Amino acid sequence: MSEAFISVKNLSKGFTTSKGVVQAVRDVSFDIPRGSITGLVGESGSGKTTLGRAMLRLIEPSAGSISFDGIDLLDLDERQMRKMRKRMQIIFQDPYSSLNPRMRVLEILSEALIAHDIGANSTERKAICISLLEEVGLAAEHINRFPHEFSGGQRQRIGIARALAVEPDFLVADESVSALDVSVQAQILNLLRDLCTKRNLTMLFIAHDLSVVEYLCDQIIVLYLGRPVEIGSAEQVYQRSAHPYTQALLSAAPIPDPSKKRSRVVLKGDIPSPYNPPSGCAFRSRCQYAIADCGTELPVAVEVANRHFSFCKRTEIII
Amino acid sequence: MSEREVILAISGLQTEFKSRGGSVRAVRDLNFNIAAGQTLALVGESGSGKSVTSLAIMGLLPQAGYIAAGSVLYKNRRGEQLDLVNQSAAQMRQIRGAEIAMIFQEPMTSLNPLFSIGDQIGEMLLLHTDLDATARAAKVIEMLELVEIPAAASRYHDYPHELSGGMRQRVMIAMAMILKPALLIADEPTTALDVTIQAQILDLMRRLQKELNMAILFITHDMGVVAEMADEVAVMYAGEIVEQAPVQQLFMRPSHPYTQGLLKSIPGAGGITRSEDGRLQAIPGSIPMLNAMPKGCSFGPRCAGFVSGCQDSVELAVTEPLHWVRCSEIGVNAHV
Repeated sequence: MSEAFISVKNLSKGFTTSKGVVQAVRDVSFDIPRGSITGLVGESGSGKTTLGRAMLRLIEPSAGSISFDGIDLLDLDERQMRKMRKRMQIIFQDPYSSLNPRMRVLEILSEALIAHDIGANSTERKAICISLLEEVGLAAEHINRFPHEFSGGQRQRIGIARALAVEPDFLVADESVSALDVSVQAQILNLLRDLCTKRNLTMLFIAHDLSVVEYLCDQIIVLYLGRPVEIGSAEQVYQRSAHPYTQALLSAAPIPDPSKKRSRVVLKGDIPSPYNPPSGCAFRSRCQYAIADCGTELPVAVEVANRHFSFCKRTEIII
Repeated sequence: MSEREVILAISGLQTEFKSRGGSVRAVRDLNFNIAAGQTLALVGESGSGKSVTSLAIMGLLPQAGYIAAGSVLYKNRRGEQLDLVNQSAAQMRQIRGAEIAMIFQEPMTSLNPLFSIGDQIGEMLLLHTDLDATARAAKVIEMLELVEIPAAASRYHDYPHELSGGMRQRVMIAMAMILKPALLIADEPTTALDVTIQAQILDLMRRLQKELNMAILFITHDMGVVAEMADEVAVMYAGEIVEQAPVQQLFMRPSHPYTQGLLKSIPGAGGITRSEDGRLQAIPGSIPMLNAMPKGCSFGPRCAGFVSGCQDSVELAVTEPLHWVRCSEIGVNAHV
């Protein structure tokens, strides 16, 4: 692994609501090496979307720091931050609601170029737009069409082209293939992988689907109630998962092979309310290994292998 | 299928929608049987016609939709064979809920936010039985316990918004099961749920199916869920069944190029083959629009094995016992 391109330290984000304060992201630290893809996995309510947006300061973090290519993002004022945004882009989940239905593809893409002063005039911008469309697997003839004339997969390609328009170094893909059919999903995953290699992009890929993350990512972070429970390479997390939550998550995912009989760890109950998470280890209320000690203090990272961390007191017993 | 009693027999079903440019065909030449205690999975991507099929069975097609041909034979509790296509609205109301029940993908939109869950489940008993209020309430609580809702009695007066997604789907299942239907149509029942909750709900459905010897028509796009739940699988593409087989055979010997492509598109788990450079083997293109269907085989334009003969119409053919495939080139590009 090369040097950290993005370094997140002790990042937290709380939301104040009528029912109290929800700590959506709690004291998260990790590095993303340049040119690599990091996967953020977790169930609904785990804080993965909040964390992704807080890293771009689309949501203002409550505490912590984000170092982006050596620059501390939280030190920047609004104007400086707007300039930085050129280097970081986001692709959303729903290709239907993230494109303006009244704009043609040319306008959608040019808008990003104009906002960041790319291209001297409209002719030049149009040429950039066409090459972007070709790069994401669409054609020049698509440039004057409206979003409704495209299928879901094609719309997601437009969303990707818009993100690439400003030539970012860092992409956040928030459930970017979840709304697509599998056969189309595979096309988009291949495209994202190719683009990352070709443009040396660093990416944070947020998803709830473990198999998708395994395919795409170099490093994986598993989140539970706003905190990481396991961090490691794709291979470490999938083949030798150390945390009981990761193990349960992996065993819950249905495998497309009817001949495989699996021993399944079925988790009891739901993810606890984020308003009132369990003390100590947040997972202990559903954990088969939990002991009284798990409730008294926060679990610290245990390095089970080279750069493979499990946040669990009982690691020795589990692996 | 085995000698088990066939509950639902669909033959030659064709469903169309009226549109400005004339009628478009959403589903054609649909044939399948489901026996008591068995699960048939109807698999396909958006626009394949799987949900339209379930609505046609239930007599719930939207206004523009109608059944143009075919029959939906259902054997009711008294052993009478009914063609659901010819039933009156009143007769269908007697069948829906009591004989055939349905659960949907999004429990939040299928539950009424203004009524407590106990009242909503109890409504089924009010409509279809003579039980008094006390007996109904007791039965509802019994049902909530059966679907493993903790502290069932105290949950009776809860409203849908007070429950988690998994709990709401349990409520939907309780509502569907309370009259012990012979057939359950489950349309993507776990798609909106997290995997750990999905595992709980699938376990629950399997248990209840065994207890009630219920037939299930399970509609999904997830091959992983199919592998876990189905006895038999029908793969739909652009309104037609393109392959149908018992679940083991379908996964071991997928024969239609679309089924093969679908299985290869799934990343990761299960040892599904990938091409040498580690890329996923995606199917190029996307599903055709209903008003712009290709000539002959509807998968032709996306198929790697396309030849000019594929533009002729193609029917389902047997490749091995119980295994049906709709591909005129089968044998040429089987098991590629």
